[in-house]
Amino acid sequence: MAWFLILFPLLAAVLAFFVRSVRFRVRLLPVVGLVHLAAVGFALRAWRTLPANAWVGLDALGGWTLLVIAVLFCVCAWYAPGYLALRPERDNRTFVTSFLCFLGLASLLTQARHPGLVWVAMETTTLATAPLIYFNHNRRSLEATWKYLIIGSVGIALALLGTLFVAYAAHMGGLQEPLSFSRLTAGAALLSPPWLRAGFVLTLVGYGTKMGLAPLHTWKPDAYGESPGVIGALLAGGVTSCAFLALLRIYAIVAAAGELQFARELMVGMGLLSMLWAAVFMVRQLDIRRLLAYSSVEHMGILAFGIGIGGRAARFALFHLAANALVKGVLFMSAGNINRSYASKRLPYVTGAIRRCPVSGWLFFLGFLAITGTPPFAPFISEFNIAATALTRPYLWTGVAFLVLLGGIFVAMSDTVVQVVFGTPPPDRARTPYRDTLATTAPLLVALALSATLGLWLPQSLAGMIQSAATQVEGQK
Amino acid sequence: MLTDLLIALIVLTNFTLVATSRISKAIQVAVIQGVLLGLLPLAMGLGRHLHIVLMVAAAITVKGWLIPFLFRRAMTKVRITREVDPYIGYTASLVLCALGTGLALLLASNLPLAPGSAFKLFVPASLSTLLTGFILLITRRKALTQVVGYLVLENGIYLFGLMLVEEMPMLVETGILLDLFVGIFVMGIVINHITVAFDSMDTSHLAELKD
Repeated sequence: MAWFLILFPLLAAVLAFFVRSVRFRVRLLPVVGLVHLAAVGFALRAWRTLPANAWVGLDALGGWTLLVIAVLFCVCAWYAPGYLALRPERDNRTFVTSFLCFLGLASLLTQARHPGLVWVAMETTTLATAPLIYFNHNRRSLEATWKYLIIGSVGIALALLGTLFVAYAAHMGGLQEPLSFSRLTAGAALLSPPWLRAGFVLTLVGYGTKMGLAPLHTWKPDAYGESPGVIGALLAGGVTSCAFLALLRIYAIVAAAGELQFARELMVGMGLLSMLWAAVFMVRQLDIRRLLAYSSVEHMGILAFGIGIGGRAARFALFHLAANALVKGVLFMSAGNINRSYASKRLPYVTGAIRRCPVSGWLFFLGFLAITGTPPFAPFISEFNIAATALTRPYLWTGVAFLVLLGGIFVAMSDTVVQVVFGTPPPDRARTPYRDTLATTAPLLVALALSATLGLWLPQSLAGMIQSAATQVEGQK
Repeated sequence: MLTDLLIALIVLTNFTLVATSRISKAIQVAVIQGVLLGLLPLAMGLGRHLHIVLMVAAAITVKGWLIPFLFRRAMTKVRITREVDPYIGYTASLVLCALGTGLALLLASNLPLAPGSAFKLFVPASLSTLLTGFILLITRRKALTQVVGYLVLENGIYLFGLMLVEEMPMLVETGILLDLFVGIFVMGIVINHITVAFDSMDTSHLAELKD
């Protein structure tokens, strides 16, 4: 089953690359997405019984992340045919192939039990998604692709060095290869502390670059801003989740080795810095897609912050992974629709979306409310609980800073969003033929509904899995 | 002894890299550095393990043959062969590289090695190569030179990895090499597009996107 999850999307990608029929290729996406999601659901039933020395397999942490990615992929895959139909001038071969490759590699990354294998999967994800950013084939997207490739590859190279440092720490402690995560966690007390600490700092910088934690996020606004909305959704919810998981795997080893305090301080610091940086750049941001990119920087900060606070907050940070992925999907794709309708993504050209394309306009507005923590959507639950836990900790000021930043971001973001959604449409701006259709809005409605459901009710089995994943992250077991 | 000599040569290639203005020469030096690194496990006396011999062969094929092939293909399409007007001049880059090597020695002295380890020079040389890669990436304008910088950075990490070469699973090593190759392949394609779009591969043209 583990290999099916990896190989099925990759084989579909090969098929998509070689098949000639454009229509067949487009239809492949939703089918593969659904079959993969069903297979993930099936594979997840076995997460408790993962053999300790397997090379690949689902545990609670990887399983939860893969579930989030598979659901988001499904939403994107059902949206993509409608979007690609609007862009008949662009060849969809690269698009579909890269999309499917990403799914296979994300399945590999979430199931890999060896830090080296995780690294290989993460680097390959970067390479597989780079062509997506160049989808528009213009100078601006070329610049974004180049930055994404170079900054991403350099960042991830540092993560490799960090991984090797951890392996050397294990070598000094006398642990034998292959270094599965189970073995590393079990023998964590033997690891050489200086190498482990240096290794964690390097992986934090490396995978933090891929996540887009400030100040390593500089590629992010460009990459998300210049690629189509559906690709932004996959990058902001999928690739970042992969990088976050890769970081958590190393974090768990550090925690098991009794260095939790050191790692926590770094995570809280990076988290708050990301939120602050995002807040500053959201003020008077005229480009709606760059606005969303900074929102993604903010939410990566929330994830890091929650993990750093630890305990209950770590559990809700993992929950936030799903909340962020779903709502970012809604936001990026509805922003993409609005963009299609106006042939621009900037104020003052894009105003009054609610009258030009009402469904997308509402979706964008509700997505904004959800992501900034309005009940009943899922981000409210996670943000509220992370803040509540932070306020009970000895360093009260971190919780206060977290709340102040959330408030500031709400104000900064609402300024732009309200103009985009409720302003008066510019009379001199020609209307493009784009109209909201079922194909370009129904998947978003499903994602928004899912996020509202998660905000009200979490199935018992999923809650148990998140609980178990959180203890894993904190280095217990 | 042979190991120390190879490592000294690798550090020397670092200095040559930051001091050269011809792009084709920088590529050549980076390739030589990669081949020297590839040979290192044999000098370490590990030639008796079959999987290490296979890794040596794979590393030399990728770094000494496939990657230079990609670079040559990219070079035929551009007319400019010199790194004109880098952000930081060649003398200053040399000084930076020397400072970087000093810093690498300092950092390495703070990290303990396994008792009785024969790898005293590996950590400082690896960090020094890594920093050289950074210098090239940050201070050069031409996209191709930046890719050379990325290759040198990866070489530095590879050198560190050699300390663990006896244990590292082959699956992981192969994956790392493959990623390096595919990475440079994809960067080559993007450079090709940049050259067509801007009629130059100067990355200072890529400055349209900002807040």
